[in-house]
Amino acid sequence: MSKASDVLFAPLFKDNPIALQVLGICSALAVTSKLYPTLIMCVALTATITLSSFFISLIRNFIPNNIRIIVQMTIISSLVIIVDQLLKAYDYETSKTLSVFVGLIITNCIVMGRAEAYAMQNGPAMSALDGFGNGLGYSLILIIVGSIRELIGSGQLLGYQILHMTTDGGWYVPNNFFLLPPASFLIIGLFIWALRVWKKEQIEVPEFSMKQNAPKEIKVEHA
Amino acid sequence: MLEQYLSILVNSIFIENIALSVFLGMCTFIAISKKIEAAIGLGIAVIVVIGITVPLNNLIYTYVLKEGALSWLGYPEVSLEFVGLISYIGIIAAVVQILEMFLDKYVPVLYNALGVFLPLITVNCAILGASLFMVEKSLAFGESVVYGLGAGIGWALAIAMLAGIREKLKYSDIPEGLQGLGITFITVGLMSFGFMSFGGISL
Repeated sequence: MSKASDVLFAPLFKDNPIALQVLGICSALAVTSKLYPTLIMCVALTATITLSSFFISLIRNFIPNNIRIIVQMTIISSLVIIVDQLLKAYDYETSKTLSVFVGLIITNCIVMGRAEAYAMQNGPAMSALDGFGNGLGYSLILIIVGSIRELIGSGQLLGYQILHMTTDGGWYVPNNFFLLPPASFLIIGLFIWALRVWKKEQIEVPEFSMKQNAPKEIKVEHA
Repeated sequence: MLEQYLSILVNSIFIENIALSVFLGMCTFIAISKKIEAAIGLGIAVIVVIGITVPLNNLIYTYVLKEGALSWLGYPEVSLEFVGLISYIGIIAAVVQILEMFLDKYVPVLYNALGVFLPLITVNCAILGASLFMVEKSLAFGESVVYGLGAGIGWALAIAMLAGIREKLKYSDIPEGLQGLGITFITVGLMSFGFMSFGGISL
């Protein structure tokens, strides 16, 4: 049981797919300007990764090693097509907002990465759990970024007005910068910083150490 | 005519830069940008693969998948658009595989330079993304060739720039928790903010 909970919860903070494994960043940036499409994206990705890990793990012993990427791709893209069609059928507006990004779940490296790193070696139940956990870790970052951007950028959450805007006679002047895509980079960068202050073991060793190489005292020589 | 192609080219390299404006191919973009040589190698590989796959997928879309495209077979009402995703990724995987074998056999110099990057490219979302945008913009065949090349060049330019910045950044004193990934994200954010200035150009 502890192993199962470890597999499920490690991706949240300890081994986060975005903040530590550097996987699946593309969609984290482009779809997070509002919270609602962000949530839809999280659900879509979590469903895809759970199912794909499950199915790939089921047939892992029958996949020849040299064509495994293509087999994984086929499974993942079939699942993504299902998600895409469901979204078009039931929530056409959001599917327009997300445009190509639902399709891009296929090449989202989290899905591929977990299939390759975990599902190919472990049983179906654990793989599904691992997929679900990584989906949650991804969702965590997306939801944080999405809420910050929508709240600061337009004073709303899920379309409800939280901060009273000056345009309606309130006090809050919205910061439009947060609606622009570059803002999500800065938010994720700062999030990683906060996470690494909390979990010291994630800090990267610098290639070039400042203190060690700096001269002990700097002599200024006059000519 | 020429003017239109030129505008697609400039648009896809600068204004809608596939890395810094639509944020595609970010995983490899951040992972392989520590050294400038590697970044340029990967950039060239992306230009080649995108330049081949976008026009190919355009042909597939126009003659097989689009609604009414199968009328030459006697099925004018059939639309296969829903299998689009799987066809495009299939084409991309196949092209990468063929390119790898072809380079290995006939151009070993290039294979040694690009070889390690080619498998990575199948899962690079910039490639699939460019094909999907091509369909969304409903480009004609000639336009898709130019768009593919432009998108590739734009991505290569962006990764070369980031690698240049990161090589310099190595020697700066960055707070402990921000080292590596954190500062890279912030750098890319500032770069993409800079690229937004191209948004004001109207062609």
